[in-house]
Amino acid sequence: MVEKSEVILGENEHLRINMGPQHPSTHGVLRFELDLRGEIVDQVIPHCGYIHRGIEKMSEANTYQQIIHLTDRMDYLSAHQNNEAMSLLVEKALGIEVPERVKVIRTILSELSRLQSHELWWAAFGMDLGALTTFFYGLRDRERILDIFEESFGSRLLHSYICPGGLMNDVHPNFKSRIKEFIPYFRKKLPEYDQLLTGNIIFMERSKNIGLLTREEAIAFGITGPSGRGSGFSCDVRKHEPYSAYDRVDFKEILYTEGDTYARYRVRIDEMWESLRILEQLVDQIPDGDYTVKMKPIIKLPEGEYYQRVETARGELGVYVVSTGDKYPERIHFRTPNFSNLFVIDKLARGHKIADLVAISGSLDLVIPDIDR
Amino acid sequence: MNAFFNYFSEIGHGIGTLLKGMRVTSGYFFRPREIITQKYPENRATLKMFDQFKGEVVMPHDKNNNHRCTGCGICENNCPNGSIQILTRKETTPEGKSVRVIDKHIYHLSMCTFCGLCVKTCPSDALAFGQTFEHAVFDRQKLTKVLNKPGSSLKKDVKE
Repeated sequence: MVEKSEVILGENEHLRINMGPQHPSTHGVLRFELDLRGEIVDQVIPHCGYIHRGIEKMSEANTYQQIIHLTDRMDYLSAHQNNEAMSLLVEKALGIEVPERVKVIRTILSELSRLQSHELWWAAFGMDLGALTTFFYGLRDRERILDIFEESFGSRLLHSYICPGGLMNDVHPNFKSRIKEFIPYFRKKLPEYDQLLTGNIIFMERSKNIGLLTREEAIAFGITGPSGRGSGFSCDVRKHEPYSAYDRVDFKEILYTEGDTYARYRVRIDEMWESLRILEQLVDQIPDGDYTVKMKPIIKLPEGEYYQRVETARGELGVYVVSTGDKYPERIHFRTPNFSNLFVIDKLARGHKIADLVAISGSLDLVIPDIDR
Repeated sequence: MNAFFNYFSEIGHGIGTLLKGMRVTSGYFFRPREIITQKYPENRATLKMFDQFKGEVVMPHDKNNNHRCTGCGICENNCPNGSIQILTRKETTPEGKSVRVIDKHIYHLSMCTFCGLCVKTCPSDALAFGQTFEHAVFDRQKLTKVLNKPGSSLKKDVKE
């Protein structure tokens, strides 16, 4: 005779379950170990390392030109900014001034990357909350930007386009006209995003006052990018330490003080408007000239330590290189935004329901290969 | 009475926001052409990739079956993943000079990350990017390709 089990999952029974590594709402191979009380999340322990490729170690056996293609594969949605960070560091170390044309094109590419990244985030965030339509609409607009990328440098996601000294090849002659077509197109489509999701009652109920993060906590955890700016933490590297052509464009740093999921959502939507403004200012000002400066076939950085940071679509990316004067870096470290942004999730999700955990992790806009590198 | 009124006005507001979103989607329901990005498998016949598209590394040959590769090995050195191997041999020209000729320019598509360093750094413009993108095969060994065609030789005007 089988004895009846006395264990009943009650209100105060704790249950430990895994969310991931193949859960669709974690957007990659990330595992959350959840401590649940009923449906309430008591603790979230993120386990990363499922897509660790050792990019930092691999970089120690690659020349500075070759490292560029590895940086693509960290935060694949901000490939241009990652390339730019590494290239700016090499240029800073060698004391090279790149031509104006390169600076302007790099800035345009950064903003286009930011736009396509935020569009994909908006698409996926809606889908996390159960609105499948957003996914199709977001990807439709993203396709336009990817076409611009594909025409000029032959790839849609992993470009390896910005290299030390300039660009791999000159942009396509259609580059300018395509961007000029895209800006009014997207200005017309962006209000649709608001109509579909921003005002929606279901969306508002699920995002307002969910996952509150104060400014002090954001600074303590090192949350940068739109997630940090949603809590009122002014951390835009483009404003504080302008690189490339950001010192000559006029744009606002979007700050919201609420610090909830909805504020983080609003920051990204407003950033898309600001990106369009930056593009409008720069697209007519691409000067003629060389697309690259002549570099030696083998770049050797002078002995020393170098650090360069850029603003990617998800926050501050820092590259730290120790050089001994060899053609390979002695040690390289990437301060990636997603790694810092991930570990605040325990703080944000405590006391909320599992469904809110999905909304919170969606609002942090995590890219898992960037966490593990 | 006020709470009662608020309750219904909230419901009304909620339905209003839902209808606002549905107006967008129903608009596209009657204008489906604006929402479609590409009908990929159906448009195979007319699909043309951009000129710069990085499909695979190829070695262009002219109509006399001549390529431009001198076998210098710069692409092999620059490749970060070791996806290029060059096998060369020594040949003696009729004038009595010994020159390096490529036997096989082996390209492992399975290891290639399309960074473009080989094409960019080639001193004699022997390599280019091809436009094909349907690379799925059933056997992994089919992804290892020999880029120089059988019986091909170096073009006359290419200097090392």
